[in-house]
Amino acid sequence: MSQDAVKTKFFPPDRSFYTPVNMVVGCIMAVGLLFTVLRFTGGLSMVTNLDDNYPWGLWIGFDLMAGVALAAGGYTTSAACYLFGMKRFHSAVRPAILTAFLGYALVVVSLHYDVGRPWRLPYPLFWSQGTTSLLFEVGLCVALYLTVLFLEYSVTALEWLGLKKLRHIIHRLTLVLTIFGVILSTLHQSSLGALFIIAPSKLHPLWYSQYLAVYFFISSMFAGLSMVIFEGSLSHKYFHDKMDDTYLGEHDGVVLGFAKGASFIMFAYLVIKVIGIAMDNTWHYLGSGYGMWFLVEMLGFVALPGFLYAVAVRDRNFGLIRKAALITVLGIVLNRLNVCLIAFNWYLPLEDRYFPHIGEIGLTIFMVTIGVVAFKFIVTRMPIFYEHPDYKESH
Amino acid sequence: MSVSRRKFLAWMGGAGLSTAVGRKAFAASNKHFEGYPDSFGVLHDTTLCVGCRSCEAACNKVNDLPQPEKSFTDLKVLDEKRRTDAAAYTVVNKYESVKKPGLPLFRKIQCNHCLEPACASACFVKAFTKTKEGAVVYDASVCVGCRYCMVACPFNIPAYEYDKVLDPRVVKCTLCHPRLLEGKLPGCVEVCPAEALTFGKREDLLALARERIRKHPDRYVHHIYGEKEMGGTSWLYITGESFEQVGMREDLGITPAPNLTAGALAVVPMVAGLWPLFLTGAYAMSRRKEKIAAEEQAGAVANAIAETNDAAEKKLAQALEKAKKEKEAAIQKEVKKALEEAVKAQEADKEEDA
Amino acid sequence: MHDVIYTLQDFMLHTKNITYILMGVGLVAYVAFWNFLTGKDDDHEAAGKEE
Ligand code: SF4
Ligand code: SF4
Ligand code: SF4
Repeated sequence: MSQDAVKTKFFPPDRSFYTPVNMVVGCIMAVGLLFTVLRFTGGLSMVTNLDDNYPWGLWIGFDLMAGVALAAGGYTTSAACYLFGMKRFHSAVRPAILTAFLGYALVVVSLHYDVGRPWRLPYPLFWSQGTTSLLFEVGLCVALYLTVLFLEYSVTALEWLGLKKLRHIIHRLTLVLTIFGVILSTLHQSSLGALFIIAPSKLHPLWYSQYLAVYFFISSMFAGLSMVIFEGSLSHKYFHDKMDDTYLGEHDGVVLGFAKGASFIMFAYLVIKVIGIAMDNTWHYLGSGYGMWFLVEMLGFVALPGFLYAVAVRDRNFGLIRKAALITVLGIVLNRLNVCLIAFNWYLPLEDRYFPHIGEIGLTIFMVTIGVVAFKFIVTRMPIFYEHPDYKESH
Repeated sequence: MSVSRRKFLAWMGGAGLSTAVGRKAFAASNKHFEGYPDSFGVLHDTTLCVGCRSCEAACNKVNDLPQPEKSFTDLKVLDEKRRTDAAAYTVVNKYESVKKPGLPLFRKIQCNHCLEPACASACFVKAFTKTKEGAVVYDASVCVGCRYCMVACPFNIPAYEYDKVLDPRVVKCTLCHPRLLEGKLPGCVEVCPAEALTFGKREDLLALARERIRKHPDRYVHHIYGEKEMGGTSWLYITGESFEQVGMREDLGITPAPNLTAGALAVVPMVAGLWPLFLTGAYAMSRRKEKIAAEEQAGAVANAIAETNDAAEKKLAQALEKAKKEKEAAIQKEVKKALEEAVKAQEADKEEDA
Repeated sequence: MHDVIYTLQDFMLHTKNITYILMGVGLVAYVAFWNFLTGKDDDHEAAGKEE
């Protein structure tokens, strides 16, 4: 197929630029830029409610913690396909890698807003290595993994640009990159949870556990799988015309397989969560207000969607799978916010508690919007949902 | 001032000497760490504290901090619960006495200069150092401003300059480390009019505290806060009422911060060391399965082909056989016909002859 | 760096520094060794098929 044929098949002529959606996006961008200017001219206190008791706010709790967990689709999908031999998931790999790459890139961008002196972010890697810190581990792995994701994603971009030689070189690294990606993901997904292991006196006992690292790692798996399902169902709605027959043909299988996997992992997660309570003997907290909240998270946002997944897989009910995926994604966000903000400093009186500033919320929405726009830009131009005809045979 | 300058200088000299001796004693040990020998600390006897805020004022002065809105002589400030912040390395808070209702209790808050500091363990650029003098000092020249140290500190001490754009720093009490090196006492200790603060070698301070508790068992709670908390701190406290009563957490435990994270950190190299094995193994196994599947498939195809070949050969043979037989029959038929014709001809000849 | 280590923190800093370097070395060595280990597989397979 020639370049023109590709164009006419997958890219119908552009529609008008001034759609309502574009207007909203434009507004968000404008507000985001305004807050950006405020942040870098007025300091953190200008756009955040961070204080000495709450050094970490929404940007860490949502952008970093939830963002990284939800970008776990990249490593789970590529590992399933390339390492565990589930070739039928092949068409899901590219969208997942793209989502992960954008997710991590935005995490890093948003960290530049959060830390006091962003230009020093390379310091821990190149200048003064504080290796006793779990944050060092997170920083090292996120930096390396972003590079890995960039390389994995670059195959797509290189196809688009028509740079065949370079593309083939990188393509041959797929296996090494995948294995490296899984190692790095294991490490930093778990270490994000382990960040709080140093503060047993600050995090509520129901959320604090010596297994925090394991909890974060395991939950990142079903977060990633659910995000792939969720993202897939949205893409189906909006980018259907960009999908080739292989993608469409494999899609139902991917959804079913991932839903089944997520459901079973969530079951395991519940098991180890209960074991954690038993290990720390924190049963009695379950009766308190925080206990109720913990149960809401566990039952409403893990057990329920896990069960819905199972029912849906048995009945091949794709609508239900989509709903379960959405609840799971929300549940992961809730969990990360709980650990980072809500159950953190739980003993402080209400008036000392943190609530995000409008600037923090605005910039978080700004980041998410950039992600969606970038995703759209890329899938409408590059071979994500379809295979580039020149490279059909090469995998 | 609780210590004479001369005695203090003698201590400083002694610290250097015993450090040299300490080398031998500690060179062989790498499992259990006692901290720097002869490091300094401060004992805060809250039963003596009168809440005059002189220490706050002195700290502000020796550290060149900005003047606060309300002057240090304004004691109404004590009515609200305060914590250390970007403009105050230390604050004094007032608490209600339970033993003697109506009477106030006071406690000074500042960095406790942990023997195994959580802030140092947490910092990913090594901005904090536990010095051999006992002070935990901060180096702003490497700090990225991630504020993980603030998350990690169990005493909620470090504060951040959130309103600075270009050079925000973490701020906390330095134990007046620069002054110690000059042979001076910490600013707050120097001015305390009630001798509620005593500077000295941590070992001596522990002995002093024990002595006071032994002499006045009814006056003190039988516990030295900071002896073991979070692995021990250089700043020590004794009180007349429960530590909870003067706003100190009693549930921190005695595990030093680096021990808390040791397990998680120990897993990291094992993941990096073993995941390649497991993952490559999984890959190799799935490849092998694919290969076997492919071989089986290939075998099946070959078999199928062979089978068809056999069948075809048989058919051919049968056809040939049939053809052969048909041919033979045809020949025989021809021969027979020829013979018959010959016989007929003979007979015809005989008739002509006759 | 002090010749003698007095605190657990400094001890861990020392050991983790080394461990991180070893992790990097180990990962690279893994790739190299796997290539060495499986380097002749293809040749043998090809030979096996010819027989
Ligand atoms: S009290 Fe907090 S800031 Fe001070 S040394 Fe200990 S951990 Fe660090
Ligand atoms: S804020 Fe600075 S001192 Fe604190 S942990 Fe981060 S880099 Fe280290
Ligand atoms: S030791 Fe120095 S810095 Fe610390 S509270 Fe006292 S005067 Fe302030």
